[in-house]
Amino acid sequence: MSQHEAHGSVKAYVIGFLLSIVLTIIPLLLVLNHMLSKGWLVFAIMLMAVLQFIIQLVFFMHIREGEGPKYNVMALILGIVIVFTIVAGSMWIMSFNG
Amino acid sequence: MLESIKEFASTFFVTGDPLIYGADVSIALTSLAILFVLTYYKKWGWLWREWLTTVDHKKIGIMYLIASLLMLFRGGVDALLMRAQLALPGVEFLHAEHYNEIFTTHGTIMIFFMAMPMMFALFNIVVPLQIGARDVAYPFLNAVSFWLFMMGAMLFNISFVIGGSPNAGWLSYPPLSEMSHNPGPGQNFYIWGIQISGIGSLATGINFLVTILKMRAPGMKLMKMPLFSWSVLSSSIMIIFAFPILTVTLALLFIDRYFGAHFFTMTQGGNPMMYVNLIWMWGHPEVYILVIPAFGVFSEIVATFSKKRIFGYKSMVFSMMIISVMSFFTWVHHFFTMGAGADVNAFFAVSTMAIGIPTGVKIFNWLFTMFRGRIQMKTPMLWTIAFVPCFVIGGATGVMLAVAPADYQYHNSYFLIAHFHQVIIGGVVFGYLAGIYYWWPKMFGFSLNEKLGKWAFWFWNIGFYVCFMPQYALGFMGMTRRVYTYGWDLGWAPLNIISSIGALLMGIGFIFQVWQISYSIKHGERDKTGDPWNARTLEWSIPSPAPLYNFAIVPEVKGQDAWWIMKEEMKNGEEPKKAELEPIHMPKNSGIPFIMSVFWFIAGFGFTFTWTWMGVVGLIGVGLCLFARSFQYDTDYYIPVDEVKRTEASLGRVV
Repeated sequence: MSQHEAHGSVKAYVIGFLLSIVLTIIPLLLVLNHMLSKGWLVFAIMLMAVLQFIIQLVFFMHIREGEGPKYNVMALILGIVIVFTIVAGSMWIMSFNG
Repeated sequence: MLESIKEFASTFFVTGDPLIYGADVSIALTSLAILFVLTYYKKWGWLWREWLTTVDHKKIGIMYLIASLLMLFRGGVDALLMRAQLALPGVEFLHAEHYNEIFTTHGTIMIFFMAMPMMFALFNIVVPLQIGARDVAYPFLNAVSFWLFMMGAMLFNISFVIGGSPNAGWLSYPPLSEMSHNPGPGQNFYIWGIQISGIGSLATGINFLVTILKMRAPGMKLMKMPLFSWSVLSSSIMIIFAFPILTVTLALLFIDRYFGAHFFTMTQGGNPMMYVNLIWMWGHPEVYILVIPAFGVFSEIVATFSKKRIFGYKSMVFSMMIISVMSFFTWVHHFFTMGAGADVNAFFAVSTMAIGIPTGVKIFNWLFTMFRGRIQMKTPMLWTIAFVPCFVIGGATGVMLAVAPADYQYHNSYFLIAHFHQVIIGGVVFGYLAGIYYWWPKMFGFSLNEKLGKWAFWFWNIGFYVCFMPQYALGFMGMTRRVYTYGWDLGWAPLNIISSIGALLMGIGFIFQVWQISYSIKHGERDKTGDPWNARTLEWSIPSPAPLYNFAIVPEVKGQDAWWIMKEEMKNGEEPKKAELEPIHMPKNSGIPFIMSVFWFIAGFGFTFTWTWMGVVGLIGVGLCLFARSFQYDTDYYIPVDEVKRTEASLGRVV
């Protein structure tokens, strides 16, 4: 195994971990303390989720690393398309219920 | 004390049905027989060293195959029990509750524990050999995948003698699968059996994606890769994106059941239709996950037995990759009748019809490959040819179902049952069986008997049409799925008895296959060349069965159908380039995958019976196994050159 790639540093993992925890605690506090109205609350939770998604990609999934064909970028684009389909598709399909 | 044990046992074990007591006895006897044989022949060490701890993709593939054939038997018995119950009106063979359990376990087992592992068997056995690799990218993870599958399957299967089987259908729709309607452990068995094996499936998808992208032999550009490997790539992409959806959906259902949440309940803001929506986001890609590798198998077989290059290679590749993306945009056709607006239904009706196009392209490519080919009617080819009309009819009835307004008529009728059995048996099962026949010599070093194979083939095929064609008509006559009995006045009796006879014929076909395998173990033609079919791809360039390291020298690939090109060169008197042998780097066996999966089983069993302490013990065990693995550094070794030389010489190869 000669082509071992970098697997990130302890520092990066700790930063990512702390940021993830903070981004998890914020929505929890918002919900428990009834700090926002319903619309803003949903928006804030979604925002924290997207931020956490980015942090996971950068600090744990090494999205910026790797060489050769950009498989990780391709996978990311397909992943985003599918996540969008799941979220937007469900909202559209289930709208009959509202 | 005695009283409380008695009471515990009466709910813990399933009681009251003579069929179940028969199963209890046979399970106990089989287990005792296995224990006795292993002890008597002193095979425990062998079992542990050679199989339970192996990380060799070929052995893992064989274990997947054995497990899937056992599950085919179990699922098939379920099917025959149902057909016995439905053969005539008013039969009192299975009571309603038992019937519900049997159709649930039939569907769940056939998809999750028969089709998936049979597919993974082919992945494991074929892909590394076909792309000129010595193992998969992550051999340890591969073993983890297998044992997670196995423990999930066992957990699900014990439910019919312990605790009670799930009975809410193969996709376990709420509210029927919620605590309000189903408080026993049955649905928990379903959730945990699938969750545990689902982690394994996801890991397998990742493993093969990386294997194919990173471990191809030098010279094998993606567009020179055999079509089966392409199909595995396509299937792996879908697995990676679809299985997390399943995991999350079932986790939410479990949170509902275990912690009293309200994601899918009828009251307190829950929405059962959300479950249906989510589960089909996995469920629809799943059918393509299963059928695309079957398409890959057919592509290999058609080219080999027509003695021609596959027609339209590029269009095959593009259609598979298009399907792997488009399969994520059709899921609503499983619940057109939910009541979403016309806009939703119209969109998904069109996308469903559109996905039929790339599939149609592939059918034409197979036909054109056969056109003017020198066709040999060996068993793998027979199944392939039988697949074409069967799948075309299945596809056509599928397009009928895709017409959203008409679907209100077909929905959940026997028309639907006939349709999806036609594409799943005609496509997936025929494909995997063809693949098993085709690669059998490569797995075991002998071919399966052709004569018995042809008997099996005809019983299966005739049985298939006799069983499922009447069901289309029954659907139109108003018979809905999951009814356990019906009256004489409905006029369904004649077609139902015909259908049951067809199911019996397929059962006989399966018996012929068991006979064929046991006969061929002793008498089957030994494969000394490594290339019994005069085939085209790299797996046939090495001895059968392949040595531990697969390729003594990693081959140089010059084009599509690499082995065929090499054979042509040899015929023209060109000497293959001599390469120096080097020590071969191999992964070491490990007991951790097996032990960790046993802990998963313990955790699943505990949560199934809501014995939280047991679930936690299991999860702690899993964590300890992961921890132990993280600090294992001695995980690989080298096979020295002279050992490779000796092995190759013993297989009749000069290096």
